[in-house]
Amino acid sequence: MPPLMSLRDLVKDYGEVRALDHVSLEVEDGETLAVFGPNGAGKTTLLRIMAGIEAPTSGRIYYRGVEVGGKGLAELRRRCTMVFQRTVIFNTTVYKNVAYGLAVRGLPQNEVAEKVKDALNLVKLKGYERRPARRLSGGEQQRVALARAIVLEPELLLLDEPTANLDPETASIIEETIRYMNREKGTTVVVATHNVFGMGKVAERAIFLMNGRIVEEGSVSDVLLRVSLKDAGFSMLDNIFVGWAEPTPNGTSAIDIGGGVKIEASGKRRGRVTALIPPIDIIISKKPLDSSARNVLKGRIVEVSEAGSTVRLKVEAGRVFTAQITEASLKEMKLNVGSEVYLTFKASSIRLL
Amino acid sequence: MIGEACSRMALDILEGLRRAVELILSGDPSVLDATLRSLYVSGAATFLASILGLPIGMMIGSREFPGRRLLRGFFNALLGIPTVGLGLILYLILSRSGPLGALRMLYTPSAMILGQALLVLPILVSFTANAVENVEREIKDLSKTLGASELQASLTVFREALPSVSLAVIAGFNRALAELGVALMLGGNIAGLTRVLTTTIAMEATRGNIELSIALTIILLSIVFVLSSAANVLKEKLEG
Repeated sequence: MPPLMSLRDLVKDYGEVRALDHVSLEVEDGETLAVFGPNGAGKTTLLRIMAGIEAPTSGRIYYRGVEVGGKGLAELRRRCTMVFQRTVIFNTTVYKNVAYGLAVRGLPQNEVAEKVKDALNLVKLKGYERRPARRLSGGEQQRVALARAIVLEPELLLLDEPTANLDPETASIIEETIRYMNREKGTTVVVATHNVFGMGKVAERAIFLMNGRIVEEGSVSDVLLRVSLKDAGFSMLDNIFVGWAEPTPNGTSAIDIGGGVKIEASGKRRGRVTALIPPIDIIISKKPLDSSARNVLKGRIVEVSEAGSTVRLKVEAGRVFTAQITEASLKEMKLNVGSEVYLTFKASSIRLL
Repeated sequence: MIGEACSRMALDILEGLRRAVELILSGDPSVLDATLRSLYVSGAATFLASILGLPIGMMIGSREFPGRRLLRGFFNALLGIPTVGLGLILYLILSRSGPLGALRMLYTPSAMILGQALLVLPILVSFTANAVENVEREIKDLSKTLGASELQASLTVFREALPSVSLAVIAGFNRALAELGVALMLGGNIAGLTRVLTTTIAMEATRGNIELSIALTIILLSIVFVLSSAANVLKEKLEG
């Protein structure tokens, strides 16, 4: 069996800028592949080429062993679908948005209605059919966009930062749906993300793109581990720390992650480890919390940035940590750059590679 | 003094309103004639301009070709062309001794339609180009990745741009309906043949029939208002 898609030596230039630099990649039928990398690494370009809406400058694309090009692109586009990072919504109802792909395929009305209903149920937008889609919230629009893609039951689903800038609830609905499509429908999923905690967790395999080249390839944890060991890796990924672990008497490990910071993680480990802390698991407070959580650090906010209805804070506490909180709690605590805060997180929140 | 003048003007306007209602209710044949001709001439002009302008606008908005920017700049510049200037140029072209004099079009409704069509063409081209350009790339990519053919994707782009395009058509029609220069220079304000609302208003005002002019102006404004409101409702429907 040939792989579902294989890319050979893809190059994509935009004028002087080389977005993809000799990328070769195989995507196996039924797998979930994560494409990690910083902004501008070429993730979107790679997905657009795989989706058949952008032509490479050079290189070859094979779909189930058959080379794709020219007229084959239209056929490719009927088998795989891409969900864009910036949500694009047709200026009409939710129903017509979701039905679009089925309508252009000429499916009978009643079949379309059935499928649209199922897709909307999956993304938890039941009963939204007649609403004007552009009047929905950002998170709801992103779910419409996902429903519009999965309703086609594509063989290959390409997702560009599907949960970036979304509130955690919407993000988890989207992750659930993608997992469902992969497990129950056998949909092959390729997801580009710079968030290793959300979709990154779902994937079995990952590549790491940098400056248009694949610099790492393998299992998700292998790729993250190897990237985190490189100097450049640190600055690109949130809350990934490399340190030295020592087991403690409580059945946990104490990890020295540098900068005078020691964190405690579940599981007895000794030696060099890579620790991942999901930003959403870090609690921010102005006073130390009375909590059983093993990790409490004092720091100062160095950056505040919006992420949908939530806010990302970068906190310098010996090392820089990223935390994600709601806008409401940011206002309630009157937090700003320079504010002194406490970071609290459980030992069990830390994932060790 | 000024207060007196103001109250006189207010009285004139009120009187004009009363006459307008009277004229409309009485079905005065000359007013009806001018109103219907205005609608016909400007409607036909807008129709002609749309047939030409919408495809040109779509092309400028969606395709890269040599001279695209120049063409776009050209139509943008023409947006503000003085109606009387355009009227004069066409007058010279269509007059007996002009290059198209043999067509004998001058002082006919056809000449007015041609003139107004050229007048509103830039509005249709520029607005359509803008509307299409705003949605082109994203909508086209989206349609294609959902399995649409090239043609289906282009149609979707047009449909997404339609609310803005429909406003362009209405704006064009309003400009044609409300302009005087072209109608006067190419039509000549001949009663029963080329007399339209704007030319009648100008003529009656110079004759001192201020109330009648105001009445006609109110009719003109009402048409513009009703059409614009209808366009907005249509736009919302299209966006629904």
